[in-house]
Amino acid sequence: MKAIVSVFAKDSKGITAYVTALLAENEINILDISQTLMQEYFAMIMLVDLTDCTLPFDQLSQLLKDKGVERGLDIHVQRQDIFEAMHRI
Amino acid sequence: MSYLINSSEILQTIEMIDQQHLDVRTVTMGISLLDCADRDINVCCQRVYDKICTLADKLVDTGCAIEREFGIPIVNKRISVSPISLVAAACEAEDYVPLAMTLDSAAKAVGVNFIGGFSALCHKGFTKSDLKLIHSIPRALTETDLVCSSVNVASTKAGINMDAVALMGRIIRQTADIDPMGCAKLVVFANAVEDNPFMAGAFHGVGEPECVINVGVSGPGVVAHALKACKGQPFDVVAETVKKTAFKITRMGQLVAQEASRRLDVPFGVVDLSLAPTPAIGDSVAEILEIMGLEKCGGHGTTAALALLNDAVKKGGVMASSHVGGLSGAFIPVSEDAGMISAVEAGALSIDKLEAMTCVCSVGLDMIAVPGDTGADVISAIIADEAAIGMVNTKTTAVRLIPAKGKTVGDRIDFGGLLGSAPVMPLRSGSPAEFVARGGRIPAPLHSLKN
Repeated sequence: MKAIVSVFAKDSKGITAYVTALLAENEINILDISQTLMQEYFAMIMLVDLTDCTLPFDQLSQLLKDKGVERGLDIHVQRQDIFEAMHRI
Repeated sequence: MSYLINSSEILQTIEMIDQQHLDVRTVTMGISLLDCADRDINVCCQRVYDKICTLADKLVDTGCAIEREFGIPIVNKRISVSPISLVAAACEAEDYVPLAMTLDSAAKAVGVNFIGGFSALCHKGFTKSDLKLIHSIPRALTETDLVCSSVNVASTKAGINMDAVALMGRIIRQTADIDPMGCAKLVVFANAVEDNPFMAGAFHGVGEPECVINVGVSGPGVVAHALKACKGQPFDVVAETVKKTAFKITRMGQLVAQEASRRLDVPFGVVDLSLAPTPAIGDSVAEILEIMGLEKCGGHGTTAALALLNDAVKKGGVMASSHVGGLSGAFIPVSEDAGMISAVEAGALSIDKLEAMTCVCSVGLDMIAVPGDTGADVISAIIADEAAIGMVNTKTTAVRLIPAKGKTVGDRIDFGGLLGSAPVMPLRSGSPAEFVARGGRIPAPLHSLKN
C-alpha cells in the first residue's frame, strides 16, 4: 500500500534525517520526497511504500505522531487514495 | 514530485481537513426492519435489537479505521431504520415507547451517535399505527438519548395532511413541555427522502435494500475559504468556485463510502453532499453568504446568494459521485451555525427571511428556538407554511422548532455539542387557531399553467 507522509514544523536542522530514519527503522521505502519552506515553516511530503512495513497502519500512524511530538514535528500518514480521489478524475 | 499528485494538492487537502473543518459528517447504515414485525411488541423489540446489533456490529470500528487510514475525520456513525410505524403496524400494543427504548439500547450497544427512524409517513392519511407512533413521540424522545423521529405530513403528489399538521403542532408542544431537547430530535417533513443520512430526519425508506451505507459529507469552511479568493469577481466565478470545491469534497465522500461499503460488505447507497454547518467558527453557511458580499446573513440578497450556493453545490457534487442522493445542498440550521446565531442576535435574520431561504435551500426551518409559550396552533401553522413551500416547489422541506420552555424572545437555549445553542426568535402575532382547526387535506398542486 502506498501512503503520503507529511511533516510540518518550524524549520530546524536534521528534520529530514530524523523522519527518514524513523521510516527506515520500520522497513518503509521512500519513493519520492519533496520539501518546501513556507515562511519559517518547513513542509515535507513523502510518497512511501508500506508493503514491507512491520507495523499495522494504525500503530504506524500513532508511532509517527508520537515520535513527531517528541521533536516538535507534526507528522501525518494518510493513504494515497484520498489525494487521488480529490484531485484526479 | 514525479508522481501524479503534486505537493500543493496534498497541502491543500491537509489544510482543508486541519484548518477548514472538512470532514465526513456521517457514515449512516440504513437497515430494513420490516421482517421484525410481530403481534407481540416484546418479540418485535427483541428482533429489532438482534438485527441492528448483528448488522451494525462493526460499523463504528470500521468508521474509525477508515478515519485513521485516510486521515479524514468521520464525525458521526449513525443508523437509520425502516419507519417504525410500518415495523410496528402488526403489534397489538397501543404504545410504541418500548420500541424507541429498544432502538436506543441497540444504538448504545453498537456505539453509534444517533439512530433515526422512529417515523411515520402520513402525507395522505393516518394508519392506526401512524397515530400510535405519533402519540408515542413525546415520551419516546424524552425517555431515550439517541433516538430521532420524523413525520412526513405532505408531498407534492398527495398534498398536505392538515390533520397531521395540527397533530404535530400538539406533539411538539407536548414534547417541549417535558424537555425541549426532545424537539431537537424531531423533524416534520414535506417530501421526505428515503436515503437521507443526516439526523434528525434519517429513516430507511421502503424502496431501499435490506442494508445500505449512505455517507454525508460537509465542508462549509472549505467553500468559504475558496470564495475568499474570489472577492469582487462576478457570480459566474463564484458558482464555478463552489462547484469545483463541492466536487473535491464529494470525491472524498465517495471514497469513504466505497471503502466502508467494501469493508462492511454492505451495498453503497448514496453520497449526500450537504453543507452542514457546526457551531465552530469558520464552519458556517451564513459566513459563505456574507463572503459573497452581504453585510449580514438575513439581509436583502440572502435568498439569491443561498440559491446560487445550493445549486452550485449540487452541480459540483453530482459529477463527483456515482450516486448522489439524500438532501444534498446547503442546510441552514440556526443553532448549529455561528453566523446564523450572530445574524439573529444582530436583528438581521428573522423567521420570515428564514422561511424565504427554505424555498431555495436543501431542507427547511431547522433548529429554531421559539418562545416557550408558543401555542400548538402557531407551531402547526408554521409547519403548514413550510409544507406548502415543499409541496408546491417539489422539494423537501422540514420544520424542527424548539419551544424553549420558560424562555422568551432574546433568551438563549443551549443544546450542547453539534446542536449548538439558539437565541429565541420572535414569531408573528395573530392566531391561526381557526385555520389549523379545519383539518382535512390541502389538495396536491397543479403541475401545468406554471406562473
